[in-house]
Amino acid sequence: MKRRTINLRTLLLNNSTIVLFIVLFVYFGIQSPRFLSLESITNIVKQASFTGIIAVGMTFVLLTAGIDLSVGSNMYLSSVVAGLLMRQLGIGVVEGLLVAVAVGTLYGAFNAFVIVRLKIIPFMVTLSTLVIGRGLGTAFTQSQQVDFPQSMLSFGQIQLVGIPMPIIVFALVIAAAWVILTRTQFGRQIYAVGNDPEAAKKAGIRTNWVIARVYIISGFCAGLAGFILISQLGRLDRSFAEGREFDAIAAAVLGGTSLFGGVGNVFGAVLGALLIQMVQLGLVFNNVNLYLQPMIKGVIIFLAIFFDSLRDANMKKLKRRFIRPVETQTPS
Amino acid sequence: MTRSTILTIEHISKAFFGVPAVRDVSIDVKEGEILGLIGQNGAGKSTLMNLVGGVVHPDAGSMTFRGKPYAPRRPADANDAGIGFIHQELNLFTNMTIAENVFISGFPRTGFGPFKFIDRAAMKARTRELLDQVGLDTPPDFQIERMSPGERQLVEIAKALYMDASLIIFDEPTTSLTARETEQLFNIMLRLREQGKSMIYISHILNDVLRLADSIAVMRDGQLVTQEARDAFDTRRMISLMVGRSIEQLYPTRTSAPTTTPLLELKGISAAGIVEKVNLTVHRGELVGLFGLMGSGRTELARMIFGLDRTEQGEIRVAGEALKGSSARDSIRSKIAFVTENRREEGLLMNIAIADNVTLVALPEFARTALQILDAGAMREAAREASQALQLKAADISVQPAKSLSGGNQQKVVIAKWLLSQPEVFIMDEPTRGIDVGAKYEIYAIMDRLAAAGSGVLFISSELEELMGTCDRILVMSQGEIVAQFAREAFSDEAILRAAFREHAPLHPHSGETEQSS
Repeated sequence: MKRRTINLRTLLLNNSTIVLFIVLFVYFGIQSPRFLSLESITNIVKQASFTGIIAVGMTFVLLTAGIDLSVGSNMYLSSVVAGLLMRQLGIGVVEGLLVAVAVGTLYGAFNAFVIVRLKIIPFMVTLSTLVIGRGLGTAFTQSQQVDFPQSMLSFGQIQLVGIPMPIIVFALVIAAAWVILTRTQFGRQIYAVGNDPEAAKKAGIRTNWVIARVYIISGFCAGLAGFILISQLGRLDRSFAEGREFDAIAAAVLGGTSLFGGVGNVFGAVLGALLIQMVQLGLVFNNVNLYLQPMIKGVIIFLAIFFDSLRDANMKKLKRRFIRPVETQTPS
Repeated sequence: MTRSTILTIEHISKAFFGVPAVRDVSIDVKEGEILGLIGQNGAGKSTLMNLVGGVVHPDAGSMTFRGKPYAPRRPADANDAGIGFIHQELNLFTNMTIAENVFISGFPRTGFGPFKFIDRAAMKARTRELLDQVGLDTPPDFQIERMSPGERQLVEIAKALYMDASLIIFDEPTTSLTARETEQLFNIMLRLREQGKSMIYISHILNDVLRLADSIAVMRDGQLVTQEARDAFDTRRMISLMVGRSIEQLYPTRTSAPTTTPLLELKGISAAGIVEKVNLTVHRGELVGLFGLMGSGRTELARMIFGLDRTEQGEIRVAGEALKGSSARDSIRSKIAFVTENRREEGLLMNIAIADNVTLVALPEFARTALQILDAGAMREAAREASQALQLKAADISVQPAKSLSGGNQQKVVIAKWLLSQPEVFIMDEPTRGIDVGAKYEIYAIMDRLAAAGSGVLFISSELEELMGTCDRILVMSQGEIVAQFAREAFSDEAILRAAFREHAPLHPHSGETEQSS
């Protein structure tokens, strides 16, 4: 009997994010039935795709026990460059997209260079580039709002068999990331480096190159996510994507990715992004005081991470090494 | 029978920060033989093997492997050349599967150009074969995390086999294995030798070395003492070659006799699956040894006494008073000191100055004013006194970081920091591990002085000789229980080892044949 309850507890804790997701989903649905409509669900997924894409990139970084705080600024800077070129040189949307992605990737490569070559800890490097990136964007625009051509908005409205473009891009990113992480040598080496960098070196893995690539991937995702997000808004201002790094890190961690490296997967990040977005929309649907919303969102993220730490404690208990057999009953 | 030589090491030397670790060593390994490599901690065995494995680079000397000059720059070079290295601490990725661990440096892949994917079927099939060779029937996609230390070791061997290693180095492979796992490992090693593989086997368990090795090399203080055929050795000769002097001189004479006043008392300490009904008393002025094999629960018990881990039942008394609470903070207040096995990770703050390390535990003592401001002058003075008392060899204790010291002097810093808070009970968990013979002697002398001053010392070690050479009494722990105790007059390495190894003897006298008689 005791064994069963332990298993149920473990099952609940191991899937705490899913459980929390379902509970909140049902709760918001009961409070406001409109929340459960196809339109609103599509909206959640669409809105989640921007955070989701950078959360997938963030997952790569977190798997190596690193962190990328600069993704929000990266989204801003890469979109600024693309927007200015589109307005002033009149390049098209596709070229604009390529520019944004290229700038984002370079941004990530700069992070990678400083981290791997100059051996400065990722937290400080990306905290600095967070400030530098936004500063650079502000200098380019003189802090002015950048308006994109009308073609940008029509690009944003593209649908494929009724599925909005951002969701399709999100799905492609998820699929690619999943294949890279689970089916390629590079992907498996990311897990190895995150688990034990010393052992990875001894196994002949070029750990620096592995680490460099995860920041480049994170930068790529940020450039892509920024541009796709602009295509929904049509313009960007100075505070565009500010604080997105928080959502991305929270989404990845909510999905079970460890900040200490080596543990996590893409679907966790997707689930985390969906949870964050659902909470945000659910609060709007339920007419929760606008000023209270960020706080409630923060509390829910805190709860999810709290359950996650309970799970870790629970796992530790189950994995405890015993020196002698544990007696289930005291001998009579 | 003359065999050809597979590895020749010639006049190789290596120093770390000016301290020689390996000096002018020449050794060779023949094809299809097991070379036993023995020596005390710090004799340079591991450094020598790290040179062979490409982990560190020699300052002088050369190596030849399979007839070709061999100078590995990286561990991967050693692997490519055909040298497998099974380290004392295993290099497995616990978050991944067996198959992934075997193939991590190069997966079998299918596809073209940049689109190369791992061929999972091929990977699993090959892993299956390798696991069969080492006698492990676990599925290839089993997570390392869920395997026992013995099984993990077998995975390491499978990895070495995959690399097609013709020379495999085992660095103390049995320290975390059970008796049965050790037996299995030896069988595999013997089988590999039949297949013509060469091996270097490093171990402190001399009988194992005698059993497995074809030839034995002895190292002392970074130098090769001798390399001869196995038949030229017995345990006594091995020890005297390793130590370089007779055993009696290794330990200082006890200068005081223990009293009969109990100082530290454990009554029925239990924690499910870890320790069971442990009773133990350390008297004032007594040096008590706690012997047990790896995984017998010694360290766990020490952590419980010091309040780092929880006990489920029982009582701990210090000087007659029950220990209040169960945290390290309470234990420090009750005048218990804990010198840990792992000074690098637990005992010392490596990047901090020696003096700051020394004053760490007693910090509250120096913050006497209302604002809790530290009295820097008093701290400096106290640190200086403590390090002088222990004859710490350092240039300037207030600037030099702890990591710049040798292992022996680091351990003295750990002891010094506890001395400042004037504890009465010292729990020393493997205090001499990894430090040289001279420093060991000084640590033993410090323990003797502590006991002479009326403290009680609980000295935990897996080196039986040092316990026999220093302690007033030895307790033996096995599978979480105290199974025997020996007074100094009754010390016998054979009897103590037999007690520690009780898993070979019938565990419960009332089981098996005696059951029929009842």
